[in-house]
Amino acid sequence: MSAINVLAHESIQTPSVAWTGLLPIIILATAGVLLLTICSLFPKRVTNKFSSIYTQLAAVAALSSTFSLWDKVQNKSEGPYSTLAGAFGVDGFSIFVTMLITVCLILISPLAETFLKREKIDGPEPYVLMLLAATGGIIMAGANDFIILFLGIEVLSISSYILAAMNSRRIQSQEAGLKYFVLGAFASGFLLYGIALLYGATGSTSFSAIKNFTQDVELTNDTLLLASLALLIVGLAFKVSAVPFHFWSPDVYQGSPTPFVAFMASVVKAAGFAAILRVLYVTLGEYRADWQPAIYAIAIATLLTGSLLAIVQTDLKRMLAYSSISHAGYLLVGTQAASDQGVKAVLFYLATYAFMVIGSFTVIALNAGDCGTRTSLDSVAGLATKKPLLGIAFTIFLLGQAGIPLTSGFFAKFYVIEAAVEESSYILAVVAMITAVIGAFLYLRILVKVWLTKPEESEENENIHIPNEIKIVLGIAVVVTMFLGIWPEPLLEMVQRAIPELIAG
Amino acid sequence: MIFGLSIGPEYYLALSALLFTIGAGGLLIRRNPLVMFMCIELMLNAANLAFISFGKEMGDLGGQLSVLFVLVVAAAEVVIGLAIVVAVMRRRPKASVDEVSVLRG
Repeated sequence: MSAINVLAHESIQTPSVAWTGLLPIIILATAGVLLLTICSLFPKRVTNKFSSIYTQLAAVAALSSTFSLWDKVQNKSEGPYSTLAGAFGVDGFSIFVTMLITVCLILISPLAETFLKREKIDGPEPYVLMLLAATGGIIMAGANDFIILFLGIEVLSISSYILAAMNSRRIQSQEAGLKYFVLGAFASGFLLYGIALLYGATGSTSFSAIKNFTQDVELTNDTLLLASLALLIVGLAFKVSAVPFHFWSPDVYQGSPTPFVAFMASVVKAAGFAAILRVLYVTLGEYRADWQPAIYAIAIATLLTGSLLAIVQTDLKRMLAYSSISHAGYLLVGTQAASDQGVKAVLFYLATYAFMVIGSFTVIALNAGDCGTRTSLDSVAGLATKKPLLGIAFTIFLLGQAGIPLTSGFFAKFYVIEAAVEESSYILAVVAMITAVIGAFLYLRILVKVWLTKPEESEENENIHIPNEIKIVLGIAVVVTMFLGIWPEPLLEMVQRAIPELIAG
Repeated sequence: MIFGLSIGPEYYLALSALLFTIGAGGLLIRRNPLVMFMCIELMLNAANLAFISFGKEMGDLGGQLSVLFVLVVAAAEVVIGLAIVVAVMRRRPKASVDEVSVLRG
């Protein structure tokens, strides 16, 4: 009895929670769990259409909840703040990435509906997993503590492993899932050991405490910290498929159902780079002299490997997988600059690339036939004569990825290279420009097939039916890519105000 | 204290580093998916041991708390991993990961 009284009097101190700051996470996670519950209660009445629209509505709700947060954080008198005892930060950076992830989710859920029907994947699971994965990505962007970061990464990754293996009837999809899982878990192991060593070196897992420690304490022996830095870089580089940790991505991209490839290339990449910027640029900024050379080398290897190996591929999804590796290289060029300019360039790149890559994979999925397996380079032969508008859209996405002027991809590459030049990384900038030329060859090779080759005889009569919602998705992606290629200022202004800040715990 | 010898934190850390190396090395060498899972667990638990021994040495509860989070994550990861392996195994029993290689380029 007395023990209970003592407990009652000394109530446990719980940290204050700023619920509004967590609203996007709460909306998406609750929506995911709720959808699963609804579908287990009424198994027959829930159609793919319902799940898709439900997912879109949840993403729209999460997106609209970020607008007021964005104003609040940009407001001089309030500014960025942290919640949950300093474990989660709300600043321009985290809200920008949240917006990007929710927009991707809105664009991808109609793709999932259309193409999963074709691949005969039923049920709400893909949508639930996409909602949860998006939640994980948002947690990564706002994490202010290494344990929260790890939880975010795992929520994102574990959901993506299942998405990759979603088509359990196809051995390719199973293999993609298995490879993604084994290598992803391997990377998580490295990341976690890095976090453990960093905890040993600095005495905390909180970003602000680690930052303060590195500023105040001059370590006589920083072996432990440097070892942890190396392990963290390995773990994070795996997640964004940087060379030499890229082996999984071509196989996973080729084997997974196409809508989820679009998801991985846009959402997972954005969340991965958000985590890299938070950890390296913000938290371990004092050690930039140690991590910059590593990122420099990884960036060069990633750029060259991605663009050179893309050329020798014969499968479209594999080609775009290697091209997405080389895009990770450009993003690393911006990261390596370790300046506000570089961070802005990375955010701009992530936002523009997301639209281009979702658009490209939509076209590939449309062209891939009833089983979704016709993805060889020859399969797009004569696409432009069969479907001129689809051909034009595909052209815009590919030219955008190549970085041709008048598309958003041009500015994305330009800002990244500009950031590298400003930090005097001239060789890196030159390598980036050369690989842009090599990369352009890849995209032109696809475009020659699309425009100048005659369609194969047997496929002459094949009709590509484009549902209305897919037309809207393609339209949005084209408009954004062209608009930002002509007038990038609106997005530039946004990324200007999305520099990550250290939020005191 | 065992037989008057005290075991300092450095022994635990050495053990944790050894476990991590065995896990990472095993994952690269072994080809049976189930053994590869065990290696992943070994890596995560090596990190757990490091967390606990650092936390104990610094008198900080944070390290021990982190372990609880990691345990939950590890459990979730195994559930998913086993599900994927079972799906693969049902199609081709006794497969080693080398045989699961339809995807090439």
